[in-house]
Amino acid sequence: MKFLPTSDAERAAMLAAIGASSVEDLFAAVPAEVRAEPDLPPPMSEIEIRRLLGGLSARNANARETSFFLGGGLYHHYVSAIADQMLYRAEWLTSYTPYQPEVSQGNLQSIFEFQTHICLLTGLEVANASLYEGASALVEALLMAERLSKGRAKAVLSAGIHPEYRETVRTYFANLGLEIVEVPLAADGATDRKALVAAVDERTFAVAVQSPNFFGIVEDWKAGSDAAKNAGALSVGVVAEAISMALLSPPGEGGADIACGEAQSLGVPMHHGGPLLGFLACRAEHRRQIPGRLVGQTRDAEGHRAFCLTLSTREQHIRREKATSNICTNEGLMALASNIHCSLLGKKGLREVALQCHAKAEYLKGEIAKVPGYQIPYSSPTFNEFVVEAPEDAAPLLARLAARKILAGIPLSRYDAKEKRRFLVATTEMNVRAEMNSLVAALGGKA
Amino acid sequence: MSLEIEEKAASTASAQGDAEPIVEPLVFERSGEGKVGYSLPALDVPETIAIPEALRRKEIAGETQVSEVEVARHFTRLSRLNFSIDQGLYPLGSCTMKHNPRTNEEMARLPGFAASHPLAPEEVLQGALELAWRLERILSELTGLPRVTLQPSAGAHGELAGILMVRKALEKTGKPRSTVLIPDSAHGTNPASAHFAGYKVRELKSNARGTIDLRALEEGMTEDVAAMMLTVPNTLGVFEDQILEIAKIVHAKGGYLYCDGANFNAYVGVAKPGLMGIDVMQMNLHKTFSTPHGGGGPGAGPVAVSETLVPFLPRPTIERRADGTFFLDGDRPDSIGRLRTFLGNFGMFVRALAYIAAYGNRIGEVARGAVLNANYIRAGLTDVYHLKYDTPTMHEVVFSDKKQVEQGVSNMDIAKRLMDYGFHPPTISFPLIVHGALMIEPTETEGKPGLDAFIHAMREIARECKESPEIIRTAPHTTPVKRVDEVGAAKNLVLRWRP
Repeated sequence: MKFLPTSDAERAAMLAAIGASSVEDLFAAVPAEVRAEPDLPPPMSEIEIRRLLGGLSARNANARETSFFLGGGLYHHYVSAIADQMLYRAEWLTSYTPYQPEVSQGNLQSIFEFQTHICLLTGLEVANASLYEGASALVEALLMAERLSKGRAKAVLSAGIHPEYRETVRTYFANLGLEIVEVPLAADGATDRKALVAAVDERTFAVAVQSPNFFGIVEDWKAGSDAAKNAGALSVGVVAEAISMALLSPPGEGGADIACGEAQSLGVPMHHGGPLLGFLACRAEHRRQIPGRLVGQTRDAEGHRAFCLTLSTREQHIRREKATSNICTNEGLMALASNIHCSLLGKKGLREVALQCHAKAEYLKGEIAKVPGYQIPYSSPTFNEFVVEAPEDAAPLLARLAARKILAGIPLSRYDAKEKRRFLVATTEMNVRAEMNSLVAALGGKA
Repeated sequence: MSLEIEEKAASTASAQGDAEPIVEPLVFERSGEGKVGYSLPALDVPETIAIPEALRRKEIAGETQVSEVEVARHFTRLSRLNFSIDQGLYPLGSCTMKHNPRTNEEMARLPGFAASHPLAPEEVLQGALELAWRLERILSELTGLPRVTLQPSAGAHGELAGILMVRKALEKTGKPRSTVLIPDSAHGTNPASAHFAGYKVRELKSNARGTIDLRALEEGMTEDVAAMMLTVPNTLGVFEDQILEIAKIVHAKGGYLYCDGANFNAYVGVAKPGLMGIDVMQMNLHKTFSTPHGGGGPGAGPVAVSETLVPFLPRPTIERRADGTFFLDGDRPDSIGRLRTFLGNFGMFVRALAYIAAYGNRIGEVARGAVLNANYIRAGLTDVYHLKYDTPTMHEVVFSDKKQVEQGVSNMDIAKRLMDYGFHPPTISFPLIVHGALMIEPTETEGKPGLDAFIHAMREIARECKESPEIIRTAPHTTPVKRVDEVGAAKNLVLRWRP
């Protein structure tokens, strides 16, 4: 086997040194009743593996070979060549959590830089080293707010938060004695402000709003943060399309105490939904309750700048059941990709990408609105994603278009059976006018 | 492995008022007005901003302005400050730092995987669904348990999923019970995961062999205990040879036996958890199945379950129709729900499937190689390092610094000194039942020359402890930075760069 470097002679010498007559001897503690050979096919060569996986890959529609308008918390943005090629370097790919800072300064400094990018983007003071993905990041943000509230037991969530995020919160909260109240959207597609204010009370530990919300609508962070402040709760700003923070007022500017969500848009391919890049940032005064890994700046024995993991007394390997979270890993390699990508785009590029995403969405929205029978049901401003109402059921329509290599959108019926005719359309800097025009023509039955 | 200090880099920093010599400036410190690191096509639609000014930001103050050249060099230089598996033995116990096959990296980047979106219509995602389904079937075969969820993002996420399923199953038949039993040798994630599933944790003391004390288990295993979380082999690298009795005791009281599968590398392809009486077990694809650790993730933590727990699997499950097509089944009323977005860390599924395919029915060689290597290290070091538990070793061996402490040298010092010999240190913070632990897991992908060099280094260090302990206490001496002040970092928190 090519991943096993031991020769027969070496194995014999090793067994002699151990004092065992065979490798089998070393398994004496494993009872015979639990032994079993796996019923698997014989080993495959590299060529055969590539053939197998190449065949499976070819049976999926992909964004490079289709007209692609899917979003819903996962976007087809450009990933800089360096951001991906750097990930092949063994020093990044095959290292682990920087528990030993003297031989991990590369990882530690990169995380420190990633934390800085997230702080600058969110407008908050402290960010962690990343979390699994957006939905669990929201859970961690809410649990953090609950700990800080010291005894409050209710979270108020906007119905504009990604449905899979809300479902994840319900899974986690089910056994923790915590209540969830969902605030509906108003007719314009934004969170209903009156209902939001009414839902928040002195038992509320967090008020969470997503912007742009799941339906693409740009929310006013102040709606959530004002309601939270009045009741002494913490305000959580959720972002599922991170590039929006380059153009829109970020959660920190809008009064959020915690920002969290998904940063896949910043240098991470879609990966069929994972690995992604959860993020969490907060105000400085709350940093001791932040979950996940944190990198801090310090000095080495000679006084030089160095970095290391810090505040680890919050974490499970020390605090066990009293830890701020059970998580142990972050998404290190994805955070690196994002650090590289953000560094390349920087101040100007991030904004230019955001402007292009928005301008293309505005163009497409305007063109679809002209197609007979099609409507844009929500009037509120949107960033790069919007809801379309079709004159027929959306799911079969979208399946028909997919067969023609147009991935036109996500049917809302996927999350709400009543929403039969509506679907979600997203654009990024990757879309060109011609493919948007072909989508419009296809919807109009002209192509 | 001394790494050059960039003199030029240091002078860039001093120009910005920071006089200290540093290895590589922060990317933000390379920023300069007028530098660009990207290019975009001209906008092919009318330029417009249809968002009220009050909801917009002016600029991202402090963000970078750097060229592609500088970024390429910055991250290449930073990479050289990391130790990695491809440089040499990385015996971090409990982490299974094995070789990462590169073909798997390329496969995960195929367009149908890396540029595919899980919310596209099912008809155009059959390849992705089949891949996930195949991996599930293979993990099911390896564990001897009927179903698997691939959704959890990492081991701890899998633990939580597993305990939530146990809870739901118990609720269905009566009460969820209040407590989870966890041995004192367990990973810290176990009690933390049990806590987040709403359970109290009761610790079970290990016996003199470092294994479960059956009498203590019988006493502790009351009808209020939902599950016992057991790591097999445990964190000492010791296989619970009374596993069948343990399962019997837990099951007799109506509890579930949870297996932390972080150490599956010790018996994958040799024995099956399903035959041990284990009801639920997470696997760490980034350990046993070689998906890269990537400096701390992404991982993936699939969970295998027994028949009773199948209705409670996270939503959606991946199913195959009679006509051979695949679909996602979200209509599972007893499911614990979702644990995250989409299907999980799909990119890791691709790599794990490729890895397992390369071994096929010979995957037991992984375990045999890992156990041989750990025992060889044990044999090479037992006379110089203290072994608290002399129970047979499986895939990892846990020594302690007991003999060296007498010379005023701790396991931390030994770890730092190992860096000077060109090795990554073993795990030293763990397990808690061995004071001053040195937890060594070589994995199967290290050859005899590498193991010999490591044994030699550890023996040299033991000698130095006696003859010149100062060199150990002040180690490392050859690394890019000298010993890092971790206490200072926590006292004076600097968690980001500021403009």
